[in-house]
Amino acid sequence: MIEPHSRSDTVSDLDFEEIVRGNTAWMVAVAQRILKDRSLSEDAVQVAFSKIYRSLDGFEGRSNLRTWMHRFVVNEALMLLRKQKRVNERPIDPLLPEFDRNGCRVDDPFTLPITSEDHLHSRQVRDIMKEKIEELPDPYRIVLVLRDIEEMSTIEVAEALGLSEANVKVRLHRARAALKKLLEPMMRGGAL
Amino acid sequence: MKKAAQTLKRRMHGVMFRFPGMITCNEFEDFILAYLEDELPPARKRVFELHLRVCRSCRLYLAAYKRTLAAAKATRKDYDELEASVPEDLIAAILAAKDS
Ligand SMILES: [Zn+2]
Repeated sequence: MIEPHSRSDTVSDLDFEEIVRGNTAWMVAVAQRILKDRSLSEDAVQVAFSKIYRSLDGFEGRSNLRTWMHRFVVNEALMLLRKQKRVNERPIDPLLPEFDRNGCRVDDPFTLPITSEDHLHSRQVRDIMKEKIEELPDPYRIVLVLRDIEEMSTIEVAEALGLSEANVKVRLHRARAALKKLLEPMMRGGAL
Repeated sequence: MKKAAQTLKRRMHGVMFRFPGMITCNEFEDFILAYLEDELPPARKRVFELHLRVCRSCRLYLAAYKRTLAAAKATRKDYDELEASVPEDLIAAILAAKDS
């Protein structure tokens, strides 16, 4: 039988400092994508780390340390987001595709410019994307951030937000469609 | 004139999309997410792909939708840039607060 480790066996203060130094940057980035605010994000990361420290005994290496810590920072950031007064609640409908009474698409189609994968990763495109993603209404933006950028599964997102899986899927599709609409001028102009 | 031609084309599509085994653009829209995640049952997938072949609007739409998704996923990379900008006082605050 394996005895559970005591705190001193598993994580010394020195190890914890290493964990903090090695993981703060990406955790701030995650929080910032959810909260859109640097200083709030640092608060979220700080609270997440104090919970991580207290839970380290419970980390049994079943998942990767980063995946395990990811959940903490997402939960803290969502908690802070729920407390924010200034949520973006612009209506999503004007950003969704339109159909006529026969169910045919009415939007003006355009041919996509040919783009390299490198271009999508360029600083310029990432700045545009960041700005446009932040324009999405929060209930949709959050689902897109967690599913498409943070790569959480539909079930994980549903649990984190207290939504049904079906609702997560509907919101994800609408978020992508709305983001496409916001990016259309750039795509038509060949910038994306 | 261009507008009238588009309206006519849409009306013809509207008729065609009611044929058996066909779906409308609106129904196509509802299947996109499941299609991209490969969650459509085979019969529905065939219907989706048939619409894609006959409907240029949806082809162009799906291409832009996929580009949007790829560009959104590419924003993940900004972790690396933040690496250099983590202030030492944040690290110190985290270490000081861990027992609180
Ligand atoms: Zn169509």
